[in-house]
Amino acid sequence: MLELFSYTFLTRALAVGLAVSVCAALLGISLVLKRYSMIGDGLSHVGFGALALGSALQLAPLTLAVPIVIAAAFWLLRLRENSRVKGDAAIAMISTVSLALGVMILSLSGGMNADVNNYLFGSILAVGGEWWLSVLVCVGVILLYLLFYPHIFAITFDEEFARASGLRVGLCQMLLSLLTAVTVVLGMRLMGAMLISGLVIFPALSAMQLTRRFATATALAAVIAFFSFAAGLFLSFWLDLPTGAAVVLCNAAVYFLARTCSGWR
Amino acid sequence: MIRCENLTLGYEGRAVVTGLTFSVEEGDYLCIVGDNGSGKTTLIKTLLGLHSPMAGRLAIDLPDGIGYLPQRSTLRQETPASIWEVVTSGLLRRRGFSPVLKRAERERAEKALSAMGVAPLAKRPYAALSGGQQQRVLLARALCAADRLLLLDEPVAGLDQGATEEMYRLIHTLHQNGTTIIMVTHDPAACRYATRVLRLGENEHFFGSAAEYLTEGGNDA
Repeated sequence: MLELFSYTFLTRALAVGLAVSVCAALLGISLVLKRYSMIGDGLSHVGFGALALGSALQLAPLTLAVPIVIAAAFWLLRLRENSRVKGDAAIAMISTVSLALGVMILSLSGGMNADVNNYLFGSILAVGGEWWLSVLVCVGVILLYLLFYPHIFAITFDEEFARASGLRVGLCQMLLSLLTAVTVVLGMRLMGAMLISGLVIFPALSAMQLTRRFATATALAAVIAFFSFAAGLFLSFWLDLPTGAAVVLCNAAVYFLARTCSGWR
Repeated sequence: MIRCENLTLGYEGRAVVTGLTFSVEEGDYLCIVGDNGSGKTTLIKTLLGLHSPMAGRLAIDLPDGIGYLPQRSTLRQETPASIWEVVTSGLLRRRGFSPVLKRAERERAEKALSAMGVAPLAKRPYAALSGGQQQRVLLARALCAADRLLLLDEPVAGLDQGATEEMYRLIHTLHQNGTTIIMVTHDPAACRYATRVLRLGENEHFFGSAAEYLTEGGNDA
């Protein structure tokens, strides 16, 4: 077991993956309850387009993706509030257009096959020397989440009351979008654009099967995400399976287990 | 506490209520009645500072803000939340960014729970309570936020007869203990404990004592 950690790439993937999983799980509770699950999915597609553009322009992968995805997150939030197109339709539109643009850019710049596969479904080798930066940003996301925890609970449970108590609800929503955008971008090269939103929704849904207290649900989601990621990564390494897919399937397995348990009670 | 003079209320440039003049003094129990679409919701949002008036003068002298009880039906039941978590979310403004509740804040929440008779339920999940119990928990949350003036939006909507009576009794007790009450309601019977009534009409509004309303104001206007 310990000799596994002598593979540098595996240690890095584990560090980044665990950090991203915990962030995604914390944010997931509010995103799922506020019907924003699709935003994570939409953002990952935008991230795919941005990564493709970055690689065509030969920029460092995240320099372009981070600002573009954050901008998209704010835009999606506004679209949900006042829009002629229905929220979910708007997200689907942006998702597919970003995906199409990404594929187009990769194809024109001649890097089609290997890159598309890695970007869409993730690669354990994608985590490079800047892994510590990703972990550091994730720690920042977790600290901000904890700092704003009472506010996040307030807007998740009752936005109207939160607004009436003088809370800047719009700012809180922007913070949630910002943290989601950052988490999605950091995790998507490892997990893949198609699979990253599994990290957002599954641990939250599993935790909510098992408890009806917000603080417990939040903590439980983080723990579930942590162990599901570790299990998925080691399984994929030993059995030579794609990492992102293995992690999502582990999360899904925990969800069905949790559902069964909550059914028995 | 609240003074409105010749207010025009509305949103997105469309006036919903015009020529509204009324005031709320310490110790009042004001019932706001009116048909659907008469502007009750707009008035609530204006008092809470979520809309600004389109014209006229509105002065609110409440440094701690208003304790607000929204309509229960607007809440999603599937949010995991214990009663304690719901009630202490009313302390948000006092608490700021402190990671833990101070002792005075905890005591405030405990007092509000006891006053509403739901203290033994503190650890239960919100979704597991009956409608009447949920409403009492939300009232305790409003008391945590501000206990000088409570603004109640349809506090008995969707409650059965027994729970409705219980709710009116609790509000009456709060009023007798010195809390000023503004209650927006559909239920004409709600005005029996009120000291004053504001009826929002299409063209003119009635504002006067409850006794006046019950003898004359309710019939015409």
